[in-house]
Amino acid sequence: MEITYENEIMTAFLKGEIDHHTAAPIRSEIDGKAESMRPHVLRLDFSGVKFMDSSGIGLIMGRYRQISLLGGSLEVVNIPKNLEKIISLSGVCSLGVVK
Amino acid sequence: MNIVNQMDLNFPAKSTNESFARSAVASFVLQLDPTINELADIKTAVSEAVTNCIVHGYGYSEGTVYINVKITDKGKIVIKIRDKGCGIPDIKQAMEPLFTTAGDERAGLGFAVMQSFMDKIKVSSTVGKGTTVTLEKNIIRHRNSSGGADLGHGE
Repeated sequence: MEITYENEIMTAFLKGEIDHHTAAPIRSEIDGKAESMRPHVLRLDFSGVKFMDSSGIGLIMGRYRQISLLGGSLEVVNIPKNLEKIISLSGVCSLGVVK
Repeated sequence: MNIVNQMDLNFPAKSTNESFARSAVASFVLQLDPTINELADIKTAVSEAVTNCIVHGYGYSEGTVYINVKITDKGKIVIKIRDKGCGIPDIKQAMEPLFTTAGDERAGLGFAVMQSFMDKIKVSSTVGKGTTVTLEKNIIRHRNSSGGADLGHGE
């Protein structure tokens, strides 16, 4: 997973399949980097995600909590069309993070 | 309802197998010529059910996940996903959206996803014996099926 940092924005480019198995290493990498970089905005870019189950929703909700504790905010961007169904079902849009 | 084809799949309850399980079921269902969306729905629902077996049924300890997939002559798929784990004391509560016993990183949406991505879901569970989730979906036939199961009626 590529992670960039620019103008206080940390962007994680998620890719491949997000399930219960793959979510754990993604989570620890993002959390580790966010703790040291302390970005104003943590941006999760979903453009490279081919498949996602509710573990991906857990990943978004967990990062929302984590970055809020660090005083930053979360942005979820580039949701592919095939993931819109699970995103809308989950209600994460009500957090105001999906751009 | 006649069964025209079926398959069984058993594997250890390891999270590495979640991807294998949903892909294997999707491959089997391909003979019905589903749309990409139907296939994605099935993969997602299977992924949720298998994850439940691993995380909740067996609580990350050793066990086997049992999957049986049937295809009927009406183009319906019936997927049974079973564990011989701890069972669910309160199925109604377990199926409520956002309810989870697995901590902050689980969204508590597994059953909600299965319900909305499949046509029908049935959960039966006995505490101490295990849980069976049955998922059903009617695959709408858009094209003449070619080389797949002979479903006996046209468009």
